Amino acid sequence: MKNIVLPDLGEGIEKGTVSLSYVKEGDIVKEGDDIVELVTDKAAFNVPTEYAGRIQSLKVKQGQEVKIGDVLAVLE
Amino acid sequence: MENKNKIQCIDLGLIEYRKAYELQKCYVQDAITRGQNFLLICEHPAVLTLGRLTNPKHILVSQKLLEEKGIPMIAIDRGGDVTLHAPGQLVIYPILCLQYFGKDLKKYLWQLEQVAIDLLGDFDIVANRLEGKTGVWAQEKKIASIGIGVRKWVTFHGIGININTDLDLFSLIKPCGLDVSMTSLSRIKNKSIKMQDVKIKLLDVFQAVFNVSQGI
Repeated sequence: MKNIVLPDLGEGIEKGTVSLSYVKEGDIVKEGDDIVELVTDKAAFNVPTEYAGRIQSLKVKQGQEVKIGDVLAVLE
Repeated sequence: MENKNKIQCIDLGLIEYRKAYELQKCYVQDAITRGQNFLLICEHPAVLTLGRLTNPKHILVSQKLLEEKGIPMIAIDRGGDVTLHAPGQLVIYPILCLQYFGKDLKKYLWQLEQVAIDLLGDFDIVANRLEGKTGVWAQEKKIASIGIGVRKWVTFHGIGININTDLDLFSLIKPCGLDVSMTSLSRIKNKSIKMQDVKIKLLDVFQAVFNVSQGI
C-alpha cells in the first residue's frame, strides 16, 4: 500500500480545501494522474499521484480542509 | 533542462475567453510533455469568470441583465472569486514549468504581483501589495487581479492588469469578493495608453522578474 499525500506547496502554505476529486475508490491510476484539485485562496492546484495502482480508499471529500502532508488517498 | 530559462511569448490579441482557455490547455499540455515555458498575452471581450471560491452574492446583477449586455459568465478552474475581463485589460497567462522556478505557489503569486508593480513603475506609477490580499493596488484602488491554476506543476490562468479598461463594468460584481474600487493605468495617467507600448514593456519586466529570456 502507498499513501498519496498533499505535497509541500511552498513557504507559508499550510492547508487548502478540496474543490473536487478526479477519482473514486476502485479506480486504476497511473503515475502523474490527478487525484484531487485543492484550492488555496488564489490557486487551484491539481494534486497528482507519484505512484500507479488502484485507489483502495479516498480519504478526503469535496469541501474538506487538508493540511500539507495529509493522506489524500491510499493505493493498493 | 535547456528550456529552463527560455520562454516563448505569444500575443493572442483580442480573443474570446473560451477560445483562449482552450489554447491555454494546449500550451499546458505542451509544457508538461516538453518542459517548455510560454507567456500568453491577450485581451478579452467583456466576460465574468468565476473562480473556485466564488460567492454568488458577489455577482451584483441578474443573469438576465448580463445576457442583455452580452456578457457571458464562465465558471473556471482557477483560485479566487469572481472577476471581470474586458477590452483594455492586459491579461497575462504564464504557462510556466514551476520545477524550474521553485515549486512554491506563494513565491509564484508574489512574482506575478511584482510583474504588475514593475510594469506600472515603468509608467511612473507607484503600485503595491496589500497585506493578506493577493493582487496589486495603486492610489488605494485595485489595478490588477490574480487567479491561477496549476497542473503537474505547470501554471495557467494568471493576472489581469487594467490599462484602458471601462471601469464602470466592475459595478457588475464585487471584484474578488472585496469592497474595493478599481482603477486603471489610463485613469491614473488621465490619458489613453497604447496597449502595444504596455505589451513591449511587459515582456521586458516579465523576463527580468522570472529571469528568463525569449526563445524556443
